[in-house]
Amino acid sequence: MLLEVDTLRRTFGGMHAVEDLSLRLAEGSIGCLLGPSGCGKTTALRCIAGLETVDAGEIRAGGKLLSRPGRLVPPEDRGIGMVFQDYALFPHLDVARNIGFGLHRLDAGARRRRVAELLTLVGLDAYAQRFPHELSGGQQQRVALARALGPRPQLVLLDEPFSNLDVELRERLSQQVRAILTRLGTTALMVTHDQHEAFALADVVGVMRQGKLEQWSSPVDVYHRPATRFVADFVGAGVFVSGQVVGPGAVRTEMGVVQGSSATGLVTGHRVNLLLRPEDVVFDAASLLTARVADRSFRGADDLYTLVLPSGLRLLSLARSQAQLPVGSTVGIRIDPRHVVAYPAHA
Amino acid sequence: MAALLALPAAVPLIAIVFATLTPDTEVWAHLARYVLPRVIGNTLALVGGVLVLTAVIGVGLAWLTAACEFPGRRFFDWALMLPLAVPGYVLATIAVGFLDFAGPLQSALRAVLGESARLPPIRSGGGVVIVMSLALYPYVYLLARSAFATQGARVLEAARTLGHPPRRAFWSVSVPIARPWIVIGLALVAMETLADFGTVAVFNYDTFTTAIYRAWFGFFSVNAALELAAVLLLLVALALAAERYARSGARFAVETPARGATRLVLGRRARWFATGVAAGVLLIAFALPLLQLLVWAVQHAPRDLDLRYFGLVGRSLALASLAAALIVVAALLLAYATRCDGRRATRALARLATLGYAVPGTVLAVGVIVPVAFATRALEATFGPSSYVPYLQGTLVTLLLAYVARFMFVGHGAIDSGLQRITRSIDDAAAGLGVRRLALLQRVHLPLLRSGLAAGATLAFVDVMKEMPITLIARPFGWDTLAVRVFEMASEGEWERAALPAVAIVLVGLVPVAILTRRSVHAA
Repeated sequence: MLLEVDTLRRTFGGMHAVEDLSLRLAEGSIGCLLGPSGCGKTTALRCIAGLETVDAGEIRAGGKLLSRPGRLVPPEDRGIGMVFQDYALFPHLDVARNIGFGLHRLDAGARRRRVAELLTLVGLDAYAQRFPHELSGGQQQRVALARALGPRPQLVLLDEPFSNLDVELRERLSQQVRAILTRLGTTALMVTHDQHEAFALADVVGVMRQGKLEQWSSPVDVYHRPATRFVADFVGAGVFVSGQVVGPGAVRTEMGVVQGSSATGLVTGHRVNLLLRPEDVVFDAASLLTARVADRSFRGADDLYTLVLPSGLRLLSLARSQAQLPVGSTVGIRIDPRHVVAYPAHA
Repeated sequence: MAALLALPAAVPLIAIVFATLTPDTEVWAHLARYVLPRVIGNTLALVGGVLVLTAVIGVGLAWLTAACEFPGRRFFDWALMLPLAVPGYVLATIAVGFLDFAGPLQSALRAVLGESARLPPIRSGGGVVIVMSLALYPYVYLLARSAFATQGARVLEAARTLGHPPRRAFWSVSVPIARPWIVIGLALVAMETLADFGTVAVFNYDTFTTAIYRAWFGFFSVNAALELAAVLLLLVALALAAERYARSGARFAVETPARGATRLVLGRRARWFATGVAAGVLLIAFALPLLQLLVWAVQHAPRDLDLRYFGLVGRSLALASLAAALIVVAALLLAYATRCDGRRATRALARLATLGYAVPGTVLAVGVIVPVAFATRALEATFGPSSYVPYLQGTLVTLLLAYVARFMFVGHGAIDSGLQRITRSIDDAAAGLGVRRLALLQRVHLPLLRSGLAAGATLAFVDVMKEMPITLIARPFGWDTLAVRVFEMASEGEWERAALPAVAIVLVGLVPVAILTRRSVHAA
């Protein structure tokens, strides 16, 4: 394990910004902390970078103790690179000097070669003499990445790296960044509030809420087997339907018994809230269960329907956009989840 | 309109340039031989010394309050601006009065240590440099502090994650990013130093301004004064060019407010050292001088707090209010002129009209009086000696013109920044609602400009109150002000009796500092 964080706590004026946070990140993998703003994910990142002291717990990288209460290896001695949300490029230095800033231990020739290498890596060879204010947002972002990668850090931290970019650029750049990081085999930990970014980039995703890590697992598991109701709510769309567990992977609801592989521990007889993702609700003309189309929003490849059952229950459904159903029409639907995800009703 | 408003600043400059184009060779030879070498040497030494010292004090303190954490930081953050309220000539008067051979400190030393005990002479080049630096460092402090604060902790953190420890990051990142603002501050300090008359006069330290004054009043040589003024203007132009250049460099620097900035937490010893340094500067530059001033003022109040004193106060207030009103009206007209007519020529004229802040008061006064006298003679020649004459030469009109020229910049800056916030689309929105012309001015512009107008008027008012050389040279007979009184008492060596008028000046000077600190506390 390259990065080991154990029961980390960081308090600001009595408020736990980060509480009991533990995670492991293997060498060469890309991790991502996902959560709403103010959940403590940036604070966690800053603790790992050494920019914040810790109130409890330990942080180790490469087996070396970096932080614990009363002891802090200063950021300049950690060998951890960081890409800041606002990039924090040095406005008085051109691109080449920005990238070369952390290479002060190399001699002039080696530094020049390394800078040229990094410029090529991020595709900015033609911009070496430009100043930050002459670059677009995406270019600035790549300079920030190249600068952080320059000293060959054991770990790179990225704080909301794409939040200042427009949506289109965000997608393209996140793919590029992933390609660069995997090619170099760099271990990286990113922070974002955007699940698409997290899923596109990360091998491991952690969802944070009010300073606590609710789940730390693969993107697929976070989506299909959310550990808590908060994770289920925060990641992806969906509605909760109340029901009762009637057997392994079987929940009785007003739409009948819903069956699938069980993702969370279900106890027969308990009242639960069942998560239904839009893709779990499929149109089926033969079905006896019908619903009225209350709303439809076009999303390109598919349509997101809001359906209302006779009981007043609202469901979301995703369907290919070729056969569009008019609002107000009635459709037959079938509930067909791959995984049955449900949480105790009192939660 | 803009051209008319540019006249008060332009005419003196033209007069001086004109005078140098037709040099009086005999006067010039005398100056070059007996006056210039010493005056140039003194002035350059003074400017150099003050620049170095204000850079060290100003940048150092700015770094401490903007980027570090130490006991009392919040207090020092604004308190270190307080010396702005004490004009250099007041501080000089107190310093000389306190430290001179006959002053309280040396007398006490002699009483304790015997007759041979003495300090190095305060009236020396080093003394002027120190006193003037203590009076002027806030310019550098203010600009550097806001530069350090706006560059954010983020770039410093970035430097640290790239392997630069804080001390090296300060030199490799913080200072270079703040450099344009530091240079602007230093350029302002250079201009103030070149313009200073009062401080150097108190110290009997000969510079261009005192030489001009002496040429004017001592030798009654208009030509000598004008020619000295021209050389001084060359030096000022250098400082002005440095300032303009730095401003163009400052445009591109990113400004990210230091959101949730983490300050550098100093070690225990460094922490108290920082507090000590800040407290020391504040004590020497403000607290102790003010205390001494108050002590002297109280001692002499029974004798000097008389009708004559209230006359001085009244005339100071009258002049300052009149000038402030004129400046606000002129600045408002100028701001609207450039707003309604965005041509290059108009903008250039507006810059010319506000150039007076760079021109030393002695130069400006001489430059205003000479053309006015010329015009008066021309009028007399045409219409014969008549009642026109007193309306121009040696009247309030001349004095007020000089004030407007010198302080237009202050008023215009405040008003113009207010006007720039009223965008075209606000005008259009009002027009769409049927509000135009006078109604637009009354219902939209005036309410929005009110704070800008108040700020412009206040700043101009206070600057005129503190102004000394223009008043000294261009005042009509009998129009002594507080500043003039301070000068007279100081030049007669009656330091203690200068205190009473000086206290009034410092009190008024505190007003803009209060505004400034409140604004910076809001911003922080």
